[in-house]
Amino acid sequence: MDFLFLSRLQFAVATMFHFIFVPLTLGLSFLIAIMETRYVMTRDEIYLKMTRFWGKMFLINFALGVVTGLTLEFQFGTNWGEFSMFVGNIFGPILAFETTSAFFLESVFLGIWIFGWNKVSKGFHAACMWVVFAASTMSAYWIIVANAWMQHPVGYVMENGKAVLHDLSAVLFQEFAILQVMHVLSGAYVLSAFFVMSISAWHLLKKQHVEFFTRSFSMALVLGFVFSIFTVVEGDFHGADVAEKQPVKLAAMESFWETSTHAPVYLFALPDEENERNIIEIGAIPGLLSFLAFKDVNAEVKGLKEFPRQDRPNVLITSFAFKGMVGLGTLFIFLTGWGMIRRKKLSESPLFLKIMLWSMPLPYIANELGWILTEVGRQPWVVYGLLRTSDAGSAVSSPQVLASLAGFVLVYGLLGAIAFYLMAKHALKGPA
Amino acid sequence: MTIQAVWFYIWGFLWVMYFMTDGFVLGIGVLYPFIGKSDKERRVILNSIGPVWDGNEVWLITAGAITFGAFPVVYAVMFTSLYTPLMLILFSLIIRGVSFEFRSKVEFKSWRKVWDGSIFFSSFFAAFLLGVAFANIFQGVMLDDDYLYRGTFMDLVNPYGVAGGILFVLLFVQHGLSWLCIKTEGWLLVRCERLAAKIWFVLTACIVIFLGLTWAFTDLYNNYVQMPVLVIFPAMCVCGLVFNFVSLKSKRAFRAWGASALVIAGAACFGLAGLFPRLFPSSINESFSLTVYNSASEPKSLGIMLIVISIFVPLVLIYQGYAYRLFSSKVTEKEIDTEEAY
Repeated sequence: MDFLFLSRLQFAVATMFHFIFVPLTLGLSFLIAIMETRYVMTRDEIYLKMTRFWGKMFLINFALGVVTGLTLEFQFGTNWGEFSMFVGNIFGPILAFETTSAFFLESVFLGIWIFGWNKVSKGFHAACMWVVFAASTMSAYWIIVANAWMQHPVGYVMENGKAVLHDLSAVLFQEFAILQVMHVLSGAYVLSAFFVMSISAWHLLKKQHVEFFTRSFSMALVLGFVFSIFTVVEGDFHGADVAEKQPVKLAAMESFWETSTHAPVYLFALPDEENERNIIEIGAIPGLLSFLAFKDVNAEVKGLKEFPRQDRPNVLITSFAFKGMVGLGTLFIFLTGWGMIRRKKLSESPLFLKIMLWSMPLPYIANELGWILTEVGRQPWVVYGLLRTSDAGSAVSSPQVLASLAGFVLVYGLLGAIAFYLMAKHALKGPA
Repeated sequence: MTIQAVWFYIWGFLWVMYFMTDGFVLGIGVLYPFIGKSDKERRVILNSIGPVWDGNEVWLITAGAITFGAFPVVYAVMFTSLYTPLMLILFSLIIRGVSFEFRSKVEFKSWRKVWDGSIFFSSFFAAFLLGVAFANIFQGVMLDDDYLYRGTFMDLVNPYGVAGGILFVLLFVQHGLSWLCIKTEGWLLVRCERLAAKIWFVLTACIVIFLGLTWAFTDLYNNYVQMPVLVIFPAMCVCGLVFNFVSLKSKRAFRAWGASALVIAGAACFGLAGLFPRLFPSSINESFSLTVYNSASEPKSLGIMLIVISIFVPLVLIYQGYAYRLFSSKVTEKEIDTEEAY
């Protein structure tokens, strides 16, 4: 196997594993900050118990997120040297911002939060979690600005075969980045809400710690409901932006081959990339794709055939990731909507609780599918339109990459299993 | 002074900050199974670094990110050339981090034993390999005119590289012992003080030997001949050593820790000052070396990064300093009884 394929596989393993932990950090810190603030305001001990119970889950998750984040930084240099040299001028300021304005805040104040229970005032202690929340949100913003630049490069000029920074504010505030960061954050909040609801549902079904988990569930439910809707509405804008800036990705998302007006959306389509068509097409909704992409049913949407074969992403993966994500996102609105109706009588809704208990993996899958769509759909480019993935690798040998890849699979598999065990053990034990 | 040169100093500063802060955590990881005689003592040791280790590690992330942003060519070539040692450092740091978090979450003896072992091995390898990597950078690696590394992993494990690894481990161990003198009490403290008094001699001997080896294996001294004032860095190292010894004897733990930080800073600056303006020298031909001038980003990016760093790094130093002060007292029983403690 060639080193490029192995490097890509390693990048996928490292990044997808990292992103198992990131969304919960982003969203659960928000919920915990609210819980602790309520405790400070009301001095109601149940909020303190909630803070500490969910806090412990947060910390196990956070540790995994931090250590796997190291890999993400190392691997640009180790495996993607040409890419690093190409984007260094653009990423430099972004990474300088991210590390010095966000990472330090996050880790230093989380340290105070974990070990400072008897050392700082209650109000300050709660404020530390708000800082952690704000800092993790900022770090999400910075790193997505970098990713958005790879999706839609702006504010640069080409010099000696590399991108050189021309206009920083164009890079930092481009529409693509703003839409993408909102999508990632809202997806993270939905995931965190389902995480809390699932564990709460388990206890509520067992009729234990009812007061504690009813309150936890309700808080998460509101967050989940609001952001399930937000994610879909915002995702629509994001999709329209993709249609404009990455037309080939849009065509691949919908497995759409022939350019036409009144372009339809198929509820299911199985692409045949060899023969440039779909083998199966079910449930065409005429004009919907034109409308979603350009807010006009008459608009012309470019099909995949418009683009040379060597410029197309893998249609099967891109379209399935997209449909899966959208389907799950829609399901989350129904589930949380149902929950909002049953909100006052959760304990009398065992069926709903059972469904929520088993729904925990779904937003994790939706989040990962979103990234698969984003990254696979950008191929064959690593920087859209400027640098091909095949030209971005380092001069490392296949055995080296194979060894490190095997190491990642082994170490991550083991650590993931242990983290899952610890979190499950703690979750099922309930509050102290 | 050119902006590229300024970025070399910042790059060096970030590495020095990383070695000074994570250094004692790595050193404690190496010492930990030997000086923590009971489970309670081991928990005291872990909780002595619990509040700060994660923030310390961010200096490494920042140093990496700045290498990426300020010297993209160095980032790409260095990380590719040192692929295997860097991966091993990475795995070590990953395992060390989760070991801290996992260890005390389950009561079983065998569970804790596993993580005790992994804390030791991961800390030792990370410290040793960082030393090997930097010694090789000081010495130069087999870099050809296409910036391709012509050697193998085993070429990095040469006498000077190994000496660098041993030196790093000893520097960090002494720094860790000094930290434990601040944070522990009772028999644990006595053991740390006694061990620190012994390790001090080993460390001093190792530093002397390393300076000699540096003369034999590298050309770092060229810069010192041209600019004798640079001798201030090795002098810092010597002052730190003396001050560390005296402070340990007079039981002023904070000063001893500050002094061991100074030893590390002096040792690192000694090497970096000799390296300038090179960042990744070639041992094949001097002209194949990566320097601040042939590998830096464009002045515009460097300028923006300079503004960012000048605003945020002082702030970081303030609140990180605050966190250190907050957790400067001895680890108490009450502290290790909280749910979140290690």
